[in-house]
Amino acid sequence: MAVALAQSSMAARLTGARVGRRRTAVDRSMRTIAMAAAFLCAAPLVAVLFFVAAKGLSALSLDLITKPPKALGIGGGAANAVVGTLQMVPLAALIAVPVGVLGAVYVGEFAGRRSARIIRFCADVLVGVPSILIGIFVFTFLVLPFKQFNAFAGAVALAVIMIPVVMRTTEESLHLVPNALREASLALGVPVWRTVLSVVLRTGMPGILTGAMLAFARAMGETAPLLFTALGSRVVNVGDFGRPMDALPLFIYVNARQPVDALNEQAWGAAFLLLLVVLVINVAVRARSWGRRIG
Amino acid sequence: MTQAGVAAARFGRAASRFPDLVFRSSSRALAWLTVAVLGLLGVLLFLNSREALEKFGLGFITGTTWDPIAGIYGALPFIVGTVLSSFIAVVIATPIGLLTAIFLAELAPRRVSIPLTFTIELLAAIPSVVFGLWGVFVLGPFLSGTVEKWIVDAFGWIPIFAGPPFGVGLFAAGVILTLMILPTIVAISRDVITAVPDSQREAMLALGATRWEMITKAVLPYARSGIIGAVILGLGRALGETMAVTMVIGNRPQVPSSIFDSSQTIASQIATTFNEASLGLQTSALIGLGLILLVITMTLNVIARLLVWRVAGAPEGH
Repeated sequence: MAVALAQSSMAARLTGARVGRRRTAVDRSMRTIAMAAAFLCAAPLVAVLFFVAAKGLSALSLDLITKPPKALGIGGGAANAVVGTLQMVPLAALIAVPVGVLGAVYVGEFAGRRSARIIRFCADVLVGVPSILIGIFVFTFLVLPFKQFNAFAGAVALAVIMIPVVMRTTEESLHLVPNALREASLALGVPVWRTVLSVVLRTGMPGILTGAMLAFARAMGETAPLLFTALGSRVVNVGDFGRPMDALPLFIYVNARQPVDALNEQAWGAAFLLLLVVLVINVAVRARSWGRRIG
Repeated sequence: MTQAGVAAARFGRAASRFPDLVFRSSSRALAWLTVAVLGLLGVLLFLNSREALEKFGLGFITGTTWDPIAGIYGALPFIVGTVLSSFIAVVIATPIGLLTAIFLAELAPRRVSIPLTFTIELLAAIPSVVFGLWGVFVLGPFLSGTVEKWIVDAFGWIPIFAGPPFGVGLFAAGVILTLMILPTIVAISRDVITAVPDSQREAMLALGATRWEMITKAVLPYARSGIIGAVILGLGRALGETMAVTMVIGNRPQVPSSIFDSSQTIASQIATTFNEASLGLQTSALIGLGLILLVITMTLNVIARLLVWRVAGAPEGH
C-alpha cells in the first residue's frame, strides 16, 4: 500500500498540468471525505456508550441486582430479569452449541459438496431471518399447544438464533485445521470419530469458543424472540421453565415504555448491566482474535 | 476453489466402522436440522396464517384498514412503514458505509484502520433494545431539535417533509436503523473491496491515475455486485429489525403522509399487539404479516448472498 501511495503521488507530480492539479484536488478532498465518513461511523458507538454509562451508572445500585420489582407500586430492582437471563441464555447455549458444532463437523468434514452448500446456504439465510419471526415460529409449537408462555420456549427461540452463528464460525475454524493432522491421526489407526473429537475439534477450539461466545452475547441482547415465548415476569423465577420468565432486554423494553421516570431510570440501569456484559464478551473475544490476526 | 473441493469431503466415506457411522449420521442429522428449521419456519407461519390469508386473499396485502374490532385486516400501512423506514436507512447508510469501507480497505494506515474496524464491529454488538432506549430518550429529542427542524424549515412546503417534527416517527426510526445496518454494509463492502485483485489497482496506477481515480474506476466497478449485495443485506436487516424501531416509530397503524409522521412497521406491529391479540383471526392476521416479512427478507437475503459470492467467492473458498 505504501508503495502504491508513493506511485500515485509520483504519477500526480508527473502529469503536472492544470488538469493534474484539479485531479489531485479531487483526490485529496474525496480521501478526506472518506476519512470523515469513517469517523462518523464510529461516533454512534461513543454516543451510545456515553449515555448508557452516564444514565445507567446513577441508576445502578445493589437493589437493582438483588431485588425484584415491587408487587404493587414502583420500586425494587431487576433481579427477576438478571436471574432469567442467567438461566435462559445458558440453556439456549446448551442446546445450540452441540447442534451447531456437530452440524459444522458434518458440513466441513463429511458432507459432499452439494449438501455442504445447501446447509451452509440455509444457515446463512437463517441468520438473516428477523428474530421476531423466530419468536412466532417457536410460539406456534411450544406455546400455542400448551396455552402457556414458558421459559423453555424462550430458550429454544434463543437457541435457534445461536445455532447458525455457532455453525458458521465453527466451520470456518475447522477449515484452518491442517489436513496433515487428520492424516497423521488416521494413520495411527485412530477412528474417524476420535480424530474429529480429539484432533480436529481440539485444534479448532479457540475459533469455536470465539463463535460460541459471540453467539452467547448476541442471545443475551435479544428481546424480540422472547416477547411471545418467555413473555417476561415480575416475579423471580428460578428453575421453572414451564412458566414465564423475565430477561434483561425484556425488562429494559417494558420499563422504557412506562411514562414514569423511576421506571425509565431502572431501564437505563439494566441497559448498563446488559451492555457491560455484552461488550466485555465482545471485546475480550475479538481482541484475542485480532491479536492473532495482527501477530 | 479447487482447494475447497478437496476440503469439502475430508473424510468422505472413510467412516465405515460402527461408532464412526453413528457419529457421522448424528452430525448429519444435526446439520440438516438447520435446513429443517428454516423449512419448518415457513410452513408453520403459513399454516398459522391460513385463516386470514384465505379470508382476505390478495386484499390482505393491499388493504389499508387494520381494525381488530371490525375484524378487517389489511397489511398495507405496515408494509409501507417497513419499506419507508428501511429506505431512509439505506439512503443514509449507503454513502457513509461505502466511503468508510473505502477508507478502511484502501486509504487508512493499519494503525488507524484496525481500531476503527474494531469500533464499528462493536457497534453491531449493541443490543437492539439498548439502541431503542437511547433512541427514545437521547436521539429522538436531539433530532427533533436539529436535523428534523432544519429539514422542515427548508423543505416543509413539500408534503412528505411536512412537520411538526417530534423526534418520534419514520425519520427517527430510519436514523436508528442507519446505525444498525452501517456495520453490515461497512464490513461486507470492505471484504469485497479487499478481494479485488491488486493487478486492477496496479494497472490503473500505472496509467497515471490518482488514488481516488483508481478506486472509482478500477476497484469499485470490479466490486460493484458485492457492494450491492452488502447494501441489500443491510436492507434485509433493516426490514426485520424490531425492538429499536418499535420504540421510536410512534406505533400508529396508518399509511404515513410525511417522513416525520408516526408509523408502524410489520415487525413493530407484531411486537406491540401480538400478545394482546385474540386467538383466531387476529393472531392469524399477525402471523400473516410475519409471513410477508419472511418472504421479503428471505428473497433479499438470497439475492444478496449470490451477489456477494460473485465477487468475494463462495464461503468455502478458504
